[in-house]
Amino acid sequence: MITVENLTKTFPGSTGQVRALDGVNLDVAAGTVLGVVGPSGAGKSTLARCVALLERPDSGAIRVDGTDLVSLDGTALRAARRQIGVVPQGDSLLRQRTAAGNVALPLEAAGVAGPQRRTRVAELLDLVGLTDKAGSYPDQLSGGQRQRIAVARALAASPSVLLADEPTSALDPDTTGSVLAVLDRARAELGVTVLVVTHDMGVVRKICDDVAVLEDGRVVEHGKVLDLVSDAASRTAASLLPGVDQNPALEGSFDRVADVVLIGFAAVGALLPEATSRFGVELNLLGGGLTRLGETPVARFRVGLKGERADSALEWISEAGGSVRRTLSGPQGVAA
Amino acid sequence: MRSATPWSIVFDDVLVATGETLYMVVVSTLIAVLLGAPVGIWLQLTAPGGLKPRPVLHKVLGFVVDLGRSMPFLVLLVVLTSLTRLLLGSTIGPTAAIVPLAVGAIPFVGRLVQNVLAEVHVSVVEAAVTTGSSTVRIVRSVLLRESSPALVNAVGVTAIALLGYSAMAGVVGGGGLGDLAVRMGYQRFNDRYLWSTVVVLAIIATAIQFTTNRVARGVDRRRTASV
Ligand SMILES: Nc1ncnc2c1ncn2[C@@H]1O[C@H](COP(=O)(O)OP(=O)(O)OP(=O)(O)O)[C@@H](O)[C@H]1O
Ligand SMILES: [Mg+2]
Repeated sequence: MITVENLTKTFPGSTGQVRALDGVNLDVAAGTVLGVVGPSGAGKSTLARCVALLERPDSGAIRVDGTDLVSLDGTALRAARRQIGVVPQGDSLLRQRTAAGNVALPLEAAGVAGPQRRTRVAELLDLVGLTDKAGSYPDQLSGGQRQRIAVARALAASPSVLLADEPTSALDPDTTGSVLAVLDRARAELGVTVLVVTHDMGVVRKICDDVAVLEDGRVVEHGKVLDLVSDAASRTAASLLPGVDQNPALEGSFDRVADVVLIGFAAVGALLPEATSRFGVELNLLGGGLTRLGETPVARFRVGLKGERADSALEWISEAGGSVRRTLSGPQGVAA
Repeated sequence: MRSATPWSIVFDDVLVATGETLYMVVVSTLIAVLLGAPVGIWLQLTAPGGLKPRPVLHKVLGFVVDLGRSMPFLVLLVVLTSLTRLLLGSTIGPTAAIVPLAVGAIPFVGRLVQNVLAEVHVSVVEAAVTTGSSTVRIVRSVLLRESSPALVNAVGVTAIALLGYSAMAGVVGGGGLGDLAVRMGYQRFNDRYLWSTVVVLAIIATAIQFTTNRVARGVDRRRTASV
């Protein structure tokens, strides 16, 4: 469990101070994955570096399992660092060490003895699926394999928190999948709390439970991904859900036009057909589509309804768990 | 122009001088590396963005190092005579020449080592920091180990530079090949001395280069084939 309280960090810049973090509050529940997203320069890496205890914030607290780590020094700081596994941005493996040697590094720092170290290294190589590459040097590995070794190294000393800054930014989509699978596995099998910084909403879509949107050093949106997507006005919904094109001419021919977000197998499969039959309305899909967030299917459709009980149908959909937002282009009723 | 010195005498003289040169170069390189490497490590650690940034200390240290590097070797040779006497009780001979050679090379090695260590990528160093490793451990198993091939090459560069400087050791009676070339070859127009010392110096320089290249490749695991 990580809690970030009121974190502030300024850097001296050419045109005065740069406020990289401006009162950031976040919490990541134990065993969940938080994605930190936001435009370039928003402060994502600064946040990650503060949580990794590589950068000292001007003020605020970073708690892992309740203990504030910000003000620690010396031996206490080094011990705290072992609680937080870090996959740094970019290539960070020792090129003069084998994959296994890299994974062993944190264990050496923690003073773990030889035989136990080898056992632990083998476990981690197995976790990331690279047992056969134990003796390979980083230069002999692909980008995705190197990144998985970096994850294994970050997890070696059994930290309770795993932090990754842009772990997939240099990778193609296939390899990205293998690295994300490893992060997901770390959470599922080791119960690690994961904080992943990314500019790729695909990462959020695939492995994040929660998301925080950073802008100009402030958190402008923070919550569960599935909660945020059902709010059509949220940035998360805008970037994760299938888009809908405006088509006023077509929409004008319906009694009601609305955007509907449906979450989960049951809702996506059954809600709209049932509304049609229950209320005897004609329901047309005008746009949108289906996607998947983690394991959960999620749909956003623009629907056009014809029939006297169109309003009741929309109301029923929203009561049954769909999230309904009437658009401005149709003949409007009151917003649901 | 007198008749040429017999080859057998030239050979003996060159052999003795080669021994003196090797002695001076090997010992002064060892001392310079042992004392210069910590200077380089310290320079790198205290640099802005280093593991223990100390901007003021870094500037002062850097200034002293650069001052030492800009000192002409001949001046150093003379200036250091009292230090040499203090350390060895004598100021002439090959052993006496080792003191200014080594001292002169310390700042040179310091900068070389610093530049080599600075090449280790910052994300690699930070990764080690986040594992909770101590600074000593990071210096040893990350900075020095990761740059070991380049460090070995730096030792070679230092040895070859000292091979060149050792030619001036004649000033303090250090002998050696350079001295022989100047005294017998140049001042007495004895071509046999001149050319044979030049050939031996070239062989030594090549041997140093060859050996350090081999060792550097030997310690470099980066492209080692293994499956
Ligand atoms: N060491 C530093 N010195 C000065 N300014 C810095 C430093 N690190 C970050 N900044 C500034 O702080 C702000 C936030 O930077 P940060 O790297 O955290 O952004 P980011 O969200 O990670 O961006 P990107 O997506 O491009 O990686 C930027 O304006 C940046 O210029
Ligand atoms: Mg960044």
